[in-house]
Amino acid sequence: MKGNEAIAEAAIIAGCRHYFGYPITPQTEIAAYMAKRMPKIGGCFLQAESEIAAINMVYGVASTGHRVMTSSSSPGVSLKGEGLSYLAGADMPALIVNVQRGGPGLGGIQPSQSDYFQATKGGAHGDFHMIVLAPASVQEMADLTVKGFELADKYRMTSMILADGTMGQMMEPVSLDFDVKPAPEKPWATNGTNLEREHNITNSLFLSPEKLEEENFKRYERYKVIEENETMYEEYMMEDAEICVTAFGIASRVAKNAIDEARKQGIKVGLIRPITLWPFPVAPFKKAAEQVKGIISVELSMGQMIEDVRLASECKVPVTLCNRAGGMIPSPEQVLEAIISMNNGGAK
Amino acid sequence: MVVFDKPHALADVPLHYCPGCTHGIVHRLVAEVMDELGIEGKTIGIAPVGCSVMAYDYFNCDMVEAAHGRAPAVATGVKRALPENIVFTYQGDGDLASIGMAETVHAAARNENITIIFINNAIYGMTGGQMAPTSLPGQVTQTSPYGRDVNHCGFPIKVCEMLSQLDGAEYLERVAVNNVKNVKAAKKAIKKAFQNQVDGKGFSLVEVISSCPTNWGMTPQKALEWIDEKMIPYYPLGVYKDRSAEKEDA
Repeated sequence: MKGNEAIAEAAIIAGCRHYFGYPITPQTEIAAYMAKRMPKIGGCFLQAESEIAAINMVYGVASTGHRVMTSSSSPGVSLKGEGLSYLAGADMPALIVNVQRGGPGLGGIQPSQSDYFQATKGGAHGDFHMIVLAPASVQEMADLTVKGFELADKYRMTSMILADGTMGQMMEPVSLDFDVKPAPEKPWATNGTNLEREHNITNSLFLSPEKLEEENFKRYERYKVIEENETMYEEYMMEDAEICVTAFGIASRVAKNAIDEARKQGIKVGLIRPITLWPFPVAPFKKAAEQVKGIISVELSMGQMIEDVRLASECKVPVTLCNRAGGMIPSPEQVLEAIISMNNGGAK
Repeated sequence: MVVFDKPHALADVPLHYCPGCTHGIVHRLVAEVMDELGIEGKTIGIAPVGCSVMAYDYFNCDMVEAAHGRAPAVATGVKRALPENIVFTYQGDGDLASIGMAETVHAAARNENITIIFINNAIYGMTGGQMAPTSLPGQVTQTSPYGRDVNHCGFPIKVCEMLSQLDGAEYLERVAVNNVKNVKAAKKAIKKAFQNQVDGKGFSLVEVISSCPTNWGMTPQKALEWIDEKMIPYYPLGVYKDRSAEKEDA
């Protein structure tokens, strides 16, 4: 199954019956899959007139308490920024998929990870976060889609799948055998009072600064709980590692190949792969900083995650960047070279 | 005998609107219609950005606050999720005909089964009186201080006329609320726009020519007269599309 299709089918299994999107490469398979499947299962696929309309349709469905999603790629996600901020401000659960391509501007259509800042630091105006999930296999594209819906409902916020063009197009075997947790009760939903309760309001406007501040503090209390309970990462050969490589998504797979090769050459190197990019897995880097002589951040960008790596490792060891950008992917040889260079004390 | 009462669907709270503003009248008409059709309990209203941004506090039905111009898209989401419910948007001219024009046109093209109440007062009220997409040629506003120069910033948009060209739209009518006769006609149009949705007929929009005494720089009375003198000649009242009636005629 293709990564994009795995996301679509997993969303349906997770109970999502509403999808709104606008065509953009390289994620269009998600929309095509939904267009075929949704009418057959009583769901709604609607091609919106714009990315902006799509995210606002998502906001509308979310306000009724139903599971809902949209997907796009980098330039399209920028357009969705307004809606992402409103979803956050109104505490609406939804799933957003970004199958990233190279930027800035119209950029290109090849894989990239250069929306890391946009995804993890909010992505639009105001104080807010999204839960950002970074799959590194087609199986994880499906797993994290289900997880994304569950987390969104649990914490009343947006989850984002931050994939890239490779993940979207890659074909791998995938198991879709999920035990989906039922969505929680949503007494806040704007789905009609039936004249049986006070009216509900889905809203992000608070003209009193005291009230708005209170809302923001409350939201960040919730974020703290998420940081404590929902952080996910994978460690690979870190037990005895003297060098730490870190990467997410497709870059982590390239990094693993390089690590295997370096191990063959007797270099003790391991990998920390963040699965949640927000909340960022601080703990393993804190630990690694006491153990390794340096950290190499492998990224398909000009170096974005590296800033969080430096913060998490408190700059106790050198952190270097091994990257390609604009739609290019680092090769295992390039990563291996960075590992050897650090092993020889040549950390930049 | 009660001869005048507040509609149940209208919240019993002070409205923030300026003295002489006609938003209060239109709010009341919408609430009366909800009462008369018995739909308050299953209605979800979408408030815009603009003077009526806080409409979510003024109606007793469930309410959703949309981003500027996005109300028809939000309404689309709500209606697709809850097809048995009644969904309306309440939008001003900047919201509907400028920043949200794409959402307006495409909701109409899809014949989205929603009701839109469109307040056209030819100005941005909330931000202090800037030129709107519907400001009249020559109209003085904060951002057209020498009068709207159509050679520089173009012509007003006639929303009902424009949307009437779309096969999708079901019902489009322009009304005014500057005298008793017009208010009565406006009520009838608004009721029809909601009844159409109940009957599953589709996209129904009522454009309400309204006044903004504060930003027009007029007394409330003069503003109502200005509607007759300037607004209605440019924006003629009437039904611009009624697909079901056309079918019956044919």
